[in-house]
Amino acid sequence: MIELQHLCKRYGTGRKSAPVQALNDLSLAVPAGSLYGLLGPNGAGKTTALRIVCTLLAPDAGTVRVAGVDALADPRAVRRLLGYVAQDVAIDKILSGKELLALQGDLYHLNRVDRDRRIGDLIGLLGMGDWIDRRCGGYSGGMRRRLDLAAGLLHSPRLLVLDEPTVGLDLESRAAIWQVLQQLRDQGTTVLLSSHYLEEVDALADRLAIVESGRVIAEGSPAELKGALGGDRVTLRVREFSDAGEASRVRTLLEHCAGVRQVVVNRAQGYSLNLVVENAAVIERLRSQLAAADLPVFALAQSRASLDDVYLQATGRTLLDAELEGAGQRDAKAERKQSMR
Amino acid sequence: MTSASPSLAPLSEAAAEPSALAEISQETLALTRRLFVQLIRRPSTLVAGVLQPLIWLVLFGALFAKAPQGLLPGGGSYGRFLGAGVIVFTAFSAALNAGLPVMFDREFGFLNRLLVAPLRSRSSIVLASVLYITSLALVQSLAIVVTAALLGYGWPGASGLLLVLITLLLLVFAVTALSLGLAFALPGHIELIAVIFVANLPLLFASTALAPLSFMPTWLGWLAALNPLTFAIEPIRAAYAGNFQLNRIFTDVVLQAPYGSLTAASCLAILAALALGLFLAIRPLLDRKLT
Repeated sequence: MIELQHLCKRYGTGRKSAPVQALNDLSLAVPAGSLYGLLGPNGAGKTTALRIVCTLLAPDAGTVRVAGVDALADPRAVRRLLGYVAQDVAIDKILSGKELLALQGDLYHLNRVDRDRRIGDLIGLLGMGDWIDRRCGGYSGGMRRRLDLAAGLLHSPRLLVLDEPTVGLDLESRAAIWQVLQQLRDQGTTVLLSSHYLEEVDALADRLAIVESGRVIAEGSPAELKGALGGDRVTLRVREFSDAGEASRVRTLLEHCAGVRQVVVNRAQGYSLNLVVENAAVIERLRSQLAAADLPVFALAQSRASLDDVYLQATGRTLLDAELEGAGQRDAKAERKQSMR
Repeated sequence: MTSASPSLAPLSEAAAEPSALAEISQETLALTRRLFVQLIRRPSTLVAGVLQPLIWLVLFGALFAKAPQGLLPGGGSYGRFLGAGVIVFTAFSAALNAGLPVMFDREFGFLNRLLVAPLRSRSSIVLASVLYITSLALVQSLAIVVTAALLGYGWPGASGLLLVLITLLLLVFAVTALSLGLAFALPGHIELIAVIFVANLPLLFASTALAPLSFMPTWLGWLAALNPLTFAIEPIRAAYAGNFQLNRIFTDVVLQAPYGSLTAASCLAILAALALGLFLAIRPLLDRKLT
């Protein structure tokens, strides 16, 4: 359904801001009828990729095809095919939800009968009946997100693109949106969503791409990606509050232990250590070596591989670490300017 | 929330592809309707747009009510002289604000919602703004025309009213083009409001709205004679002069400028050229921003 080939995009070529390479040779293919996730920390390039798919942004280089249509040559044909639910919900606070949907229907050139029937169906599907006639300015975040989802679905698109659809939502609203997305996929709609919630992509996506620094660093189904890692995940804390020096010492010790494949110090979790072990027997050896080195074990948890482990394997840091690193480097004003026409 | 049937009925197959005109009309009307719904639910713009020139009309009219007869060209009262200026000021102010809704749509991301839709022509976005602001400016100006008549400042008659309407339309088109261009060129609404604030009153004072050219020092007279507002004010003032006939717009001089004499038709031609020129000038910017 979507083929992105070697996309590059750079922002901030002006004098005031340093240039940012948002996409750096990003390529991916989204199969028709699938629910596909783009996973990565804030600033990885997910939103830029989605804005290019939706024809809101032109890449500096690369090709974009949606359902066989060249999006750069015939953007209007692509716009007919897709619905877009943006990260920052843009609504008109003065209009009611129903008026906003009617406006959306007219912009997609629906006839009045279809438009009104479809609005009625979506109000029922998304549980908006109690508040849809009220002005949008009084809506909560969850209401706005549902309304935006309804607007994205109004013209019955073959492809639905959602940028961080559940950010800031309560658990109930998040679960409800997950349910609708799964139903859409089951009915044949291709769904492409970006998220930095691991559990969201793990639970929803048929396939996913992990995006880091503007390129895809891993791609496959969640089961494939996790299965490829092999072994069990162990999180070890020698003390409740350790420090960098001690963590480094333990890391050196563990790296020389047979059956241990990868040891990473997780600063975000109080210098705990994340490691991969070949089997359960290795853990007993670990305990013995730690005891021999006079190192206590405050906590030790064993689990199957998760998408965070996939991310850790690919980048050498956890997604949370990447989020924290990125948080200090982001310029909200510059990002707002980038999204402005 | 999904207790109802989750399946959505498909849309009916269109019998034939709608024509480009039908699609452009549908999207333009929808966008224009949105602006009017906003106006009706938040009428402060409409009220302030009438109230401000009304205050000018009443206060300035009273301030110079005792000006000696014959002081002004044509010999009428100051109120009658001022009426044309205030009508033009009303339309001008309304049109100068045309870019604000577009700027807010840019800033709050609503424009992206419009741009991701398969609009037949993205000119619909601009066209809707022009339709809205033209209607608003004309309604506000008409309110001033009626109020001026009630205050005894004269009534232009049917043919005069037609000239007033044509003049205001040309002025509104020109200023709307300028404002829309600024809305896409400037980085935010603060900058746009600053430009509006700076441009509004100086342009009024440097025109013949409040005083005739003969009252002004030479340099200001030149400025006023080149000011587009003057080209709108003088034909309207002629329409208020009494016994106005449309066929005289080609012969009667309405503006004795330092560079020559202009008829009402010349003034209208200048305004038309200005409107066309401004729309052509902003077109590359709109193309760049909307594609």
